[in-house]
Amino acid sequence: MSATLDRPARFGAFVGRLLGGLYGAIMNLPERPMRAAQARLRDGRLGWLFVMPNLLVFAIFTFLPIVIDFWYSVTGGAQLLPGDRPYVGTGNFDSLLTCKNYLDPTTCERDLFWYGVWNTLRFVVLQVTLMIFFSLLTALVLNRKIAGRGFFRAAFFYPVLLSPVVVALIWKWILQRNGILNAGIQAFGGQGTDWLIHANWAFFWTVLVSIWGHMGFYTLILLAGLQAIPADIYEAAAMDAASPWRTFRRLTLPLLMPSLLVVFILAMIRAVQIFDEVYVLTGGGPGTATVYMVQFIYQTGFAQGVRQYGLAAAGSLLLAAVLLVFTLFQLRTMRRGAG
Amino acid sequence: MIARMLMARRGRAGWDWTDWASYVYLVLGVILMFGPVLWLAVSSVKSQAGLDVFPPSLLPWEQARVAVPNQPSPLPLFRVTSGDHAGETLAQVRRIGLQAQLVSAIDPSQIIRMPTKDLQPEMRVHASWSNYSDLLAKFNFGLYFFNSVFITIVATVLTLLVNSMAAFALSKYRFKGREPVFLVMLATLMIPPTIVLVPNYLIAATLGLTNSLWGVIFPAVATPTGVFMLRQYMLTLPDDLLEAARMDNASEWRIYWRIVLPLSAPALAVLAIFSVMWRWNDFLWPMVVLSRSEVFTLPIALFSFQGDLQTQWQYLLAMTVCTLVPVTLIFIFLQRYITQGIASAGVK
Amino acid sequence: MSHRCSLAALAFAAGAALAASPASAADIRISCYSDGNECPVQKEMSAEFMKENPDINVIIDEVPYSAILQSLPVQLAAGHGPDIARVTAFGTISQYFLDMRPYLKDADYWDKNFSKTLAWLRPTPQDKGIYGLPTQLTITGAIVNKSLFEQANVPMPGPTVTWDDWAAAVDKVAKATNVPHGMAWDRSGHRFAGPAISYGAKYFNADGTPNVIDDGFKAMGSRFLDWNKNATVDRDVWVSSGGGYRDAFSEFQNGQIVLYYSGSWQVRRLEKQIGDGFDWVVAGDPCGPAACSGMPGGAILVGFKQTKSPEAVAKYLDWFAQPQRYAELMSKTENIPAQQELQTSGAVKYNVTAAGNAAIGAFLTETTRLSPVAYQLQGYKYNFQIFNPTVDRLSQAIAGQITLDQAYARITQDVADALATANQK
Repeated sequence: MSATLDRPARFGAFVGRLLGGLYGAIMNLPERPMRAAQARLRDGRLGWLFVMPNLLVFAIFTFLPIVIDFWYSVTGGAQLLPGDRPYVGTGNFDSLLTCKNYLDPTTCERDLFWYGVWNTLRFVVLQVTLMIFFSLLTALVLNRKIAGRGFFRAAFFYPVLLSPVVVALIWKWILQRNGILNAGIQAFGGQGTDWLIHANWAFFWTVLVSIWGHMGFYTLILLAGLQAIPADIYEAAAMDAASPWRTFRRLTLPLLMPSLLVVFILAMIRAVQIFDEVYVLTGGGPGTATVYMVQFIYQTGFAQGVRQYGLAAAGSLLLAAVLLVFTLFQLRTMRRGAG
Repeated sequence: MIARMLMARRGRAGWDWTDWASYVYLVLGVILMFGPVLWLAVSSVKSQAGLDVFPPSLLPWEQARVAVPNQPSPLPLFRVTSGDHAGETLAQVRRIGLQAQLVSAIDPSQIIRMPTKDLQPEMRVHASWSNYSDLLAKFNFGLYFFNSVFITIVATVLTLLVNSMAAFALSKYRFKGREPVFLVMLATLMIPPTIVLVPNYLIAATLGLTNSLWGVIFPAVATPTGVFMLRQYMLTLPDDLLEAARMDNASEWRIYWRIVLPLSAPALAVLAIFSVMWRWNDFLWPMVVLSRSEVFTLPIALFSFQGDLQTQWQYLLAMTVCTLVPVTLIFIFLQRYITQGIASAGVK
Repeated sequence: MSHRCSLAALAFAAGAALAASPASAADIRISCYSDGNECPVQKEMSAEFMKENPDINVIIDEVPYSAILQSLPVQLAAGHGPDIARVTAFGTISQYFLDMRPYLKDADYWDKNFSKTLAWLRPTPQDKGIYGLPTQLTITGAIVNKSLFEQANVPMPGPTVTWDDWAAAVDKVAKATNVPHGMAWDRSGHRFAGPAISYGAKYFNADGTPNVIDDGFKAMGSRFLDWNKNATVDRDVWVSSGGGYRDAFSEFQNGQIVLYYSGSWQVRRLEKQIGDGFDWVVAGDPCGPAACSGMPGGAILVGFKQTKSPEAVAKYLDWFAQPQRYAELMSKTENIPAQQELQTSGAVKYNVTAAGNAAIGAFLTETTRLSPVAYQLQGYKYNFQIFNPTVDRLSQAIAGQITLDQAYARITQDVADALATANQK
């Protein structure tokens, strides 16, 4: 054996043994304390031990900030430190909810908040519906015996990996006045337009771009759900000479319901909290046509020099409350349906 | 139609119109998913002038330049459209108002004057790699890349460990407070992350985690989505396996490490990929927590040119491509595991 | 000596050495954002400063502009943050500024030469602190595509022509040369203020409290809305990008507008990105019945109270403030000096083309035409709380979402609201 062949091989073996030793050490490290704990604690308490690290980080960096947020929502002033802020009780909430006509934001004290509310409502209804429709359709198509299924599956998933800012920049480039979309339309004899300067088109594009960026994720969840349905069920249905539509409605949909529910809840939560893509794509424009709830929070609490953090916090809590109620309602419906 | 597509799931001899429709749909889908990104990449090597051409071309065209003796830098080439020199290609020395001064490459000593309206730029295909080299030359790419990689890897490892432990507890143990803990975790998903930025910073500052890579890693470790997903998956693992191991006098840690974790590999793979994606693309929180350039991550460094780049699309495009290359590479190499993992981790 | 003694002596020496080492060099951290090349130039010149002052170590962190606007105040509130930062919005963080006066060798030099811009940093008019060094004086003005005027055979208006006449002229030129719009303004309340002041806006009551909507403001507001409606002004700039600042440089560069109302910080970009593609000239600030004024501005390097080395901070900024160094800084970054003596002496030599020199000269002339209201507005603590609603609400009006009167009412309300929040204790 020549020295040159030997050295990399020996180095590799050394590293391998090192890693193996490391792995063994980590695995064996908590053995003793765990057995000791097992001897002392009852079975249930052991669960707390495993949950503890996660709970600790969660408590400090997720839960505690939210508690501080509650404090922010009942205080006013422009100071950032919680201790420096004066208590105003429900002042922020009152201000947010003061409207002569709730349907017309121009009559509201906080018109930006209500623009956000109604825009978000429109957005969620349209986007979630379309998202589920296209995800389901794609999942159904992918569920067939297709050549290159893995490739197609991956292709739909690719945009999910991109950051929202990148997604928005990609589409902003396409939608430019001199962008490729207008060029394509012109090639077919049509007349391109300034897409993001018209309120309705800007809204439409925020819906489309967000679906583009997230559809793959939900497609895969639904695909998994479809593939979990055993094939014999369909055979049985075929033997009963059931019509295709009936099979879908009576058989597939109910069996797919758990996956559909997960997709629905996740999609709704994400749709309500949409911000990054839209902010980079339209900035909330034209005017306030695409200002959604989180942009209100961002603009009120961050983008101004005089931060109105109390208002922003109050707005976020109202948003979270509505979302929570809705989600719990959905979960309860599912539990009842499953039983 | 949809139902018939379902029925065709088990395959048939010969192709049906639904097969054709499916393939058309899928191919259109692929074009729609990949097309915009490819267009971005193609556009990013065009020069500034090339980007303004309408309708946009596929190839990067830019005005040809030629080096002429006695001139300090290459001169732009124009084709003359009318007048005495119609059809000739001349190099423009300077332009004053609506008059241009040009020379011929053959006889550079003689200056020809003509109005600019008789001139048309001579174009050639040339990839403008300077869009990238200018950007990369401006900052310490290696250091920021390392910071991003460090944060991503360490955060992912910790996330997998901590979340799987919690998911194990929430799915396999019965203890009081199990449900409330889980529900509280889920409820926090409802709060948009934007609003907790400032309180988080105050907490991080109190703990001394500012200007440190750990200040970006620690807060990211306890993701409710991760716990939710892993818990759902672990619920499907049969309890008898665990019981059998317990009867063999294995410690709980051994059960977790040797049995549960390996069995949860698909779900772990999914969480790993999401964690990598989240940490790599993280921008807002690192920007608040890190103010010293030695600890900057790649997205922050790339965005420091934001003000200058606002209307320089060629740099903005190049920067966007830089940001998405690492994620794309991960995608290319791991796409099979990604999609398999999500499919099998699909929530039951 | 016994072993124990020598050991103890060794331990003591080691401990002393360890304790002594941190005191050797003072560290100054600077958070810097660039409009053009300000931060790289500063890094280059700081190397020389460090050679002359080996006991001070200067570290410059180049950050995005949004980090300065948003992250910096959060960091300062928590007691963290850099020693110096390059800042444009002074009012809301002025409570954290370091007064360098006690540490400066020659505070009178600063008082004489930077008086106008130093006033912007002071929380109250009675305050006399010296809080920072202006890295530039910017001034807004109109940049015009002269080639288009020549092509259209329309004579360029002179320096005393009003906005109305300019609008008519660029409209004519645009139609004659098939250019989509006559002019575009940057999407910014700061940009709007100059023309508003020229048409009589006073922005303030006699007692210094803001009174934004007056006849002058309305005069320019309605004009701006009309120009947007009849396409004299490119609507896209103010309307499409809802959330923040947007400049119209690329429209100007691509020959889609005749007049670009921006400011002196664009000279470098004009040189580099347009060069001699077409003839561009600075036409100054068009007039109105009250003034021919733009708005001053500029980013300022401010020191912060919580710094551990205030003397080093003062030394660093003082070094850059001296005439020779300051002139060098201005020349390399192609900025107009805020140092008042240099403004008139012409001692700053710019390495630019003839067109660039003419532009800088024109902007320098504009500094003499600034209205006192403009200075007052730039120095007002809550001026961003006036600029932001101006641009947000007027954009809504231009987008047709609300009427102009509703926009005016909202601006008044937004300003009052911000002040109420700021003063809530």
